[in-house]
Amino acid sequence: MLIRLISGDTPRSPILAAILLIILLGLAFAPFVFPGTRSVDTAARICIFIVLVASYDLMLGYAGIVSFAHTMFFGIGAYGVALASIHMGRGFDALVVGSVSGAIAAAVLALVIGLFSLRVRAIFFAMITLAVASAFAVLVSQLSNLTGGEDGLNYQIPRALTAAQRYLEEPFFGVRVNGKLVNYYVVFFGSLIVFLILLRIVNSPFGRVLQAIRENDFRTEAIGYRVVYYRTTATILSAVAASLAGSLFAIWLRYVGPDTTLSFDIMIDILLMVVIGGMGTMYGAMIGATIFVLAQNYLQNLMGAAEEALQSVGVPLLPLFLNPDRWLLWLGILFVLSVYFFPTGVVGRLRRRG
Amino acid sequence: MPDPILRLSGVFANIAQYHILQGVDLEVPAGAVTMLLGRNGVGKTTTLRTVMGLWRAHRGSIVFADRDITALPTPAIARAGIGYVPETMGIFSDLTVEENMRLAAASGPIAADRLDWIFAAFPPLKTFWKKEAGTLSGGQKQMLSIARAMAEERRLYLIDEPTKGLAPAIIATMAGALRDLKKQGASILLVEQNFSVARLLGDSCAVMDDGRIVWSGAMAELAGDAALQERLMGLSLEAG
Amino acid sequence: MSAAPDHAPTIVRAGLRDRLAPHVPLLLIPVLIVLGFVSIGSPSSWLTLTVSGLAMGMMIFIMASGLTLVFGLMDVINFGHGAFVSVGAFVGITVLLALGGMTGSPSLALNMAALLLAVVAAMLATGIIGWGFEKVIVEPVYGAHLKQILVTMGGLIIVEELILVAWGPDEIFFTRPETLQGAFTFAGAAIERYRLVAVVFGLALFLAMRFVLRSTKIGLIVRAGVENGEMVQALGYRLRAVFIGVFIAGSALAGLGGVMWALYQEVITAHMGAGIMVLVFIVVIMGGLGSVEGCFIAALLVGLTQNYVAFLEPKLALISNIGLMVLILMWRPQGMMPVVKAK
Repeated sequence: MLIRLISGDTPRSPILAAILLIILLGLAFAPFVFPGTRSVDTAARICIFIVLVASYDLMLGYAGIVSFAHTMFFGIGAYGVALASIHMGRGFDALVVGSVSGAIAAAVLALVIGLFSLRVRAIFFAMITLAVASAFAVLVSQLSNLTGGEDGLNYQIPRALTAAQRYLEEPFFGVRVNGKLVNYYVVFFGSLIVFLILLRIVNSPFGRVLQAIRENDFRTEAIGYRVVYYRTTATILSAVAASLAGSLFAIWLRYVGPDTTLSFDIMIDILLMVVIGGMGTMYGAMIGATIFVLAQNYLQNLMGAAEEALQSVGVPLLPLFLNPDRWLLWLGILFVLSVYFFPTGVVGRLRRRG
Repeated sequence: MPDPILRLSGVFANIAQYHILQGVDLEVPAGAVTMLLGRNGVGKTTTLRTVMGLWRAHRGSIVFADRDITALPTPAIARAGIGYVPETMGIFSDLTVEENMRLAAASGPIAADRLDWIFAAFPPLKTFWKKEAGTLSGGQKQMLSIARAMAEERRLYLIDEPTKGLAPAIIATMAGALRDLKKQGASILLVEQNFSVARLLGDSCAVMDDGRIVWSGAMAELAGDAALQERLMGLSLEAG
Repeated sequence: MSAAPDHAPTIVRAGLRDRLAPHVPLLLIPVLIVLGFVSIGSPSSWLTLTVSGLAMGMMIFIMASGLTLVFGLMDVINFGHGAFVSVGAFVGITVLLALGGMTGSPSLALNMAALLLAVVAAMLATGIIGWGFEKVIVEPVYGAHLKQILVTMGGLIIVEELILVAWGPDEIFFTRPETLQGAFTFAGAAIERYRLVAVVFGLALFLAMRFVLRSTKIGLIVRAGVENGEMVQALGYRLRAVFIGVFIAGSALAGLGGVMWALYQEVITAHMGAGIMVLVFIVVIMGGLGSVEGCFIAALLVGLTQNYVAFLEPKLALISNIGLMVLILMWRPQGMMPVVKAK
């Protein structure tokens, strides 16, 4: 039963299995194990980024396509929920309509981009997605009547999902059972379902053809598979999953803006998470996203502390590099080194040992 | 037999996971034309490419003019004095005929008498000197490809199927040019399917099968023995 | 040797249509300019916009030319190219600011000398960084597109962050050298001096590049290498060395483009290179990967479209260039002037 749920794609390494189990249980019981607004927020972000990164891995790791438009699809899902909630009024129907129309818009856009660029050369895709995604981001920030521009949009979600709604008078295991808790589990189970579907996709015959294309597109084409069809379909599926992740993010945050959904920085974060976790493994998304979000939330503090410590001792120059704002510098170096020396990421490493 | 100018000893080469060359032993005597024969896909083209360093021999050695060139990069092998005419001709179609020739002469402008000789062998090249090579016909491209190898004095020519797919009249031109080259005392390793051309030009001959040299000897010996041809190549070449 | 029988030349005189086909992309520029004239209506605004569109196009071309050649030669796509634009801008502008005495004076000679120093410094810096980038970031991933894209993107992040470390996080505003400031009026249209200078300079650079590629031996090697690198090596040329040279030259050109772009904007930020890369990629794809002429035409088209549309409907400027790219790709899926690849 459990094996079927994960589509027969077992971790194939005891250590990996243990880590994944810890992440899964940690996220499932996060509100109880790590109470506090900030840690629950971190857990929700981890859930959402796992889906976002896994959907990106479907393209990068399985189909061998590099896209720079993943945040665009993420943003489409988020803005879908936001716009629906504003124009239809708060309600579950708005959340559903927003998510579904976001997913459809993402699918159509992915289809169009795929048809244009994958037909010729896979490398076009990287450049074209980069161009389209930045044009989209500029457009969103300029159409401020509709999107709120740089400020983004605040909106209301159903009361049943907010802290204002109490379900139990007494705390349950020390945790207030309110709408916010329900909201977390909407995010958690929503992410879990999408992740399991992605796992099913990559382990289906379709997923195997994708991997064959990644290894050798000429040969796969020669055997009789339409490479463009498979690549475009992978792009569409990936875009839809990213859009759903965006919708969950919008439900969780009750806010969307260019910086939280569309910015190129998030695109870079996704790349890092995929590479660190391990391309083409799906489970890499779980590990990459968890490590990265935790590091982002807690490591930057550490850098700040180190900077101050060094500054007070009077070490020259080095504090400049340890400024928390320079955290991307270290990530960039880590990223390049991982691609060279560690291309299969954490998951690949653990599996080889196991 | 004179000293070999090129000697391959036990050369193995892989392309991706396929073992194409499986221990090639081949000697190319100086000042003579050596034919490399065999069915399609037995490794003839790969042998030439491996000599040029375009594929890497992962075992065995390749010695050219008493110098081990097994691990040299392609440009160094070329500058050691080997002219290469690939099966695909390798014409730069964006460049004019003149520019193609200019590139072929790596060490400087082509000597006037050499150019006259090339024009005499391949008159169309003179006609289309300023034309883009991409606009030439297949036969003219093949002429240009060989002319490029002839642009400078080389110690060895590796020529891969120069008559493939050409009309009989152009084959005659090609054969004439190669014979001319031979008369000047060049060493040539020639892959050729057209047996009449092979018999006309070849001094010695090596037959490949399945990534190895399975027979080598004088051209005349093979030409005169239909049964041997049948055994080595699965077909009699006498008809050609 | 007289045995060779004659055979008739087989080049059939191509029809007018076929002979014109390669030049059609060039015709798009006047077509676009006329289209701009019709939709803008006011001749003076049109002239102003046309000049700034051409200026922008020239600068984009300078930044894009190296990228397209690098791809053509070694199948290497450098997503970190934008880093050279930023570095060039910062180094160049730093030199200009240091030479405030020269740039502030109304003397043309002093201004130009300062500018020349700035450009040389920027190109030297970006050339050297380009060389290091090729060695450290690009060389280990030849032939692996996926890794190339990822690693060069990583390189871009690192260089951008290093700029922030060296110059601090704030954008730097400055003014152009005295003699490049201001505008003059021509046929009722205000034309900024600097833009006209950029057009003339860009055109001269394009012609020089074309001359090098068409008439020098190194140019021949580069052009031949774009089509069939293996054969170039089999003729005895060290393509690897040529490639490194082109990479360095391309990086230096990006640095030059960065200085020019900075002077156009009069502000620099660490992310300016990554920002302009969006247009650079559009240009490289539209032109046909590996083609310098295609790149030039595409750059002018993009520059003009950007300026015309920004005047007519500011919000659609960037989208309009994506639309232009889509149209071009529908017409020629490999770009306007695709390079023949022998594979």
